[in-house]
Amino acid sequence: MDFQEKLHEFQQYIDAEEKIEPKDWMPEDYRTHNIRQISQHAHSEVIGMQPEGKWITRAPTLRAKKILLAKIQDEGGHGLYLYSAAETLGISRDEMIAQLHEGKAKYSSVFNYPTLNWADIGAIGWLVDGAAVTNQLSLRRTSFGPYSRAMLRICNEESFHQRQGYEIMLKMAKGSPEQHEMAQDALNRWWWPALMMFGPHDNQSSRTTKGMLWKIKRASNDELRQRFIDKTVPQAVFLGLKIPDPKLRWNEATGHYDTGEINWEEFNQVIHGDGPCNRERMAHHKNVHAEGAWVREAAAAYAARQE
Amino acid sequence: MNNTQGPVWEVFTQKKSGAPYQHAGSVHAFDKEMALENARDLYARRDKPSGLWVVPASEIVAVSPGDAAPFFDPSDDKVYRHPTFYEVPEGVQNL
Ligand SMILES: [Fe+2]
Ligand SMILES: [Fe+2]
Ligand SMILES: [Fe+2]
Repeated sequence: MDFQEKLHEFQQYIDAEEKIEPKDWMPEDYRTHNIRQISQHAHSEVIGMQPEGKWITRAPTLRAKKILLAKIQDEGGHGLYLYSAAETLGISRDEMIAQLHEGKAKYSSVFNYPTLNWADIGAIGWLVDGAAVTNQLSLRRTSFGPYSRAMLRICNEESFHQRQGYEIMLKMAKGSPEQHEMAQDALNRWWWPALMMFGPHDNQSSRTTKGMLWKIKRASNDELRQRFIDKTVPQAVFLGLKIPDPKLRWNEATGHYDTGEINWEEFNQVIHGDGPCNRERMAHHKNVHAEGAWVREAAAAYAARQE
Repeated sequence: MNNTQGPVWEVFTQKKSGAPYQHAGSVHAFDKEMALENARDLYARRDKPSGLWVVPASEIVAVSPGDAAPFFDPSDDKVYRHPTFYEVPEGVQNL
C-alpha cells in the first residue's frame, strides 16, 4: 500500500470514530500534532501548580489547606498521566522537559498571572479549572486512545476542583464588604485570562483544521469558549458579582451570551514569554528540576549496581 | 519436572476502540507471536475485541493481597477529594 492509500484508510478509520493506539500506523503529522498538544497540556498541568502552590502556607484554615493540597496534588497527577500518554508516541520525558525549558514547548498562558489574594484561589478553581474542564470534557472523544483515556480520568478528578473554587468564591462574595470586594477583584483579573485559555479565534488558528479533521480536537476554540461563557455567567450572577465586560449581554436570538473582544495583544505578549510571571514560572521549574537531579542520579547509580 | 509449556503470558483485551485494556487471563507460549495467537484462540473466540496485549507474567510487579490494606490506606481518608463533599447551593447549575 502506498502512502496515499494508507492515509485514506487512516482517515476512514478516524471518521468511523475508531481510536488510534500507539502501535497503529499513523501519519507522521498525526504523531507530532499529538505530541505537541499532549505535552503542552502536561506542561500546563504542572506549571499550573505554581500559582496555587503559593497559597498552601497562607490558606486561612486547616480545612482549606488540606483541600488545596489535594487539588494541587491532582494537578501534578494530571501532568503525569499526560506525559505518559505522550511517551507512547515515542518522545521521552527528558525530551519534553528540555523542550519546555528551551521555550520550544508552551504551556497555557493563564498560569503566567499572579495569585494576589485568597479569592484568587477561588477564582482559579471556578474559572480556570472550569475552562479547562470544558475543553477536557470535549477531549474525552479525541481520536488518540491513550489521550482519550487520560482525559476520562482527569475529568472525573476535576469534578471537585471547580466546586472547591466556587465554594471559596461563595464564602467571600457573601462575606464582609471587604471579602466581597476581594472576590470581585479576583473575578476582574481572572475572567479574561480564562477566556484566553481557549486560544485564538477559529479563523485565526492554523492548527484547528487538521486537528479537527483527525478528530484530535473535537470542538473549535470559539465553540468551547462560548460553552464556558454560557454556563459561567449565571454562576457569577448567583454570587452577586459582575463579569468585567461592559458588552456582555444575553442574545435572545442566538441563545448565547454576546461578549466584548479579548485583548489579543495581551494574549500574544503572555504566550510569547512577556506576561507578569513567565520568567518566575520557568525559573522555578528549572530550579526544582536541577535541585532534584541528585535523586535521579542516585536512583540510576543504585539500579546500575543491582545488575 | 521439565517445563514443556513455555513461559506464562498475561492477556489483556480491549472491548471496543478507545476503551481501556482489561485483564482477561493468561496463556503459555514460547515467543511473542505464539503468545498473541494463543491469546487470540483462547480469549477472543467470540465478541471480536478491538485490541489484544500479551505481557510476560514474570515482568508483572504486583502488590500482595496481604499488603494491600496498609499500602492503599492513605487514599481513603480524604473525603474532600470527592465532589459530594461540597454543597452546591440551590439554583447554581453546571458545577
Ligand atoms: Fe488544571
Ligand atoms: Fe488538571
Ligand atoms: Fe484541576
